[in-house]
Amino acid sequence: MTDTTVRRVGLVDRGGRQRLSLAGILRDSRVMATRQLRKTLRRPTYIVFSFVQPVIFVLLFRYIFGGAIDTGSVSYVNYLMPGIIVQTAVFGAMVTGIGLTEDLSTGVVDRLRSLPMARSAVLFGRTAADAVTNVLTLIVMTAVGLLVGFRPSQPAWRLAAAFLLVIAFSYVFSWISAWVGLSVKNPETAQSAGFIWVFPLTFASSAFVPTESMPAAVRAFSEVNPVSLCVDAVRSLTIGGPSATAPALQTLAWLAGLLVIFVALAVRAFRRA
Amino acid sequence: MTERSVASRPPTTVGDVVAAVEVEDLAVSYGAVKALDGLSLTISPGTVFGLLGPNGAGKTTLVRVLSTLLRPGGGHARVLGHDVVREPLAVRLMIGLAGQSAAVDAELTGRENLEMVGQLYRLPRAEARRRAAEILDRFDLADAANRRVGTYSGGMRRRLDLAASLTGRPPVLLLDEPTTGLDPRSRLELWAIVDELRDAGTTVLLTTQYLDEADRLAQRIAVIDAGKVIAEGTPAELKAEAGTDVLRIRLDDASAVAAAEPLLADLAAPGTSVDTADDELTLRVVRPDASAEAVRRLDGHGLHVSVIQLTQPSLDDVFLSLTGHTAATGEEETA
Repeated sequence: MTDTTVRRVGLVDRGGRQRLSLAGILRDSRVMATRQLRKTLRRPTYIVFSFVQPVIFVLLFRYIFGGAIDTGSVSYVNYLMPGIIVQTAVFGAMVTGIGLTEDLSTGVVDRLRSLPMARSAVLFGRTAADAVTNVLTLIVMTAVGLLVGFRPSQPAWRLAAAFLLVIAFSYVFSWISAWVGLSVKNPETAQSAGFIWVFPLTFASSAFVPTESMPAAVRAFSEVNPVSLCVDAVRSLTIGGPSATAPALQTLAWLAGLLVIFVALAVRAFRRA
Repeated sequence: MTERSVASRPPTTVGDVVAAVEVEDLAVSYGAVKALDGLSLTISPGTVFGLLGPNGAGKTTLVRVLSTLLRPGGGHARVLGHDVVREPLAVRLMIGLAGQSAAVDAELTGRENLEMVGQLYRLPRAEARRRAAEILDRFDLADAANRRVGTYSGGMRRRLDLAASLTGRPPVLLLDEPTTGLDPRSRLELWAIVDELRDAGTTVLLTTQYLDEADRLAQRIAVIDAGKVIAEGTPAELKAEAGTDVLRIRLDDASAVAAAEPLLADLAAPGTSVDTADDELTLRVVRPDASAEAVRRLDGHGLHVSVIQLTQPSLDDVFLSLTGHTAATGEEETA
């Protein structure tokens, strides 16, 4: 059993002390991402249900609320789909935090933290796997949109840019969700806490209705809200209208800032959890 | 890329033998509660060390410090010479941890779980695969290897959990109440595995609430209460210190008991006396043949023994004799 000459990979000797190499950290992240993808893909009912809620939102707004919302010269379904796609990306990101609290409660996190692996790899792997899942969700949502009359009019490169922007958005929000989950530590609380920050962000935005109709204070919030900025950029990149440049750059600035802050916060919360 | 493989170096040796685990004056507090309050102990390599104590005594807290999950507030802890706070990576390369719950992924197969942990122990992929197959075989899980862990029984999951802690061939194994919640058969299987590991040179720290388990597995036992070691020694030393076996004899009636009491008085351990109640006598004994001798004497005087029972001291007895209070049970340890 005890064999101290086992070959190990991903270690470097620095100042007489072993450290993890960058390659080692990447390898651990890949191992953790594979684990998460297997876990997610083997819960088909879970995947199906994660599609149900956004689809209901599409139907609700397209066929029930939509008729009463005035979006000027743009048809409501074309106005709605970019918004609902960004909302789905944010909701999809909430899975990250809830999943991490589940790992905490089963003791898996304790095992991982006792292994000679990079602790940050648990989070890098998890968020990467959730981004892949969110790509699937995004494809399904786009297909549903096309079925209910969504007609993107822009060239392919602009559509691809919109797609990438939404995935980046979802990825960064996964880190916020990870930090929330690791801070509250309990799946039910993570779920409720998620709604507390996700609902105002997605509804006090330009996702479903033009901000012009909102009271001044809400409107002021919604205009700096990264969800609004991302929706505006995606809207322009898919159906045209005002230039995408300003909202896209503002969205990227938000994402860069949020990523730096929440990677640091989430990794710290993981070390302490 | 700077990746290269580094064979894990043997620990630096101090004197002749470096201790597998060395804990000095360790302190951990959760708010106002002192979970560890100046705990010290040393574990020799290649031995099984039993940490015995009730819930809340600090057993899990010590395991969490040694497995680098929790930073101590004071004192030192070293695993094979590596400090848990200053060299956590070196410590993690040396330890295996199996806790009270089965920390395995239900959606993955047994094999996938072990291959993943093997890779995270920094084994090359092929080696992790080979090691997983070997260990599945050894833990009698080969037939279930490609099934999802969600379909396993509770005993199988715990076995897989233990198997996972061994994929990195750790020289030091930390087992936190490994048999809590196991059925008797799984418990015996686990005991056999611990024996086998020790024979192969692994050092095992095992926490338990059961004296018989520590007695059966460990070469040395420390009894802890309120975050401190209150007694330490071999199982035999500890039991001698903890007290004596208890002999309980039931006779036909109270008059028989009255007749029997003087016959057995000299069998009672020094400083103790025979207790009588209704048709029963209870005495603490030290002689290994005390029960046979008692039966012989009672028989010789025509007294009919209806029930005779010899009980080993329990954890409660150990506690009672060491601390003067019984082990408070039922309260869950918070860490």
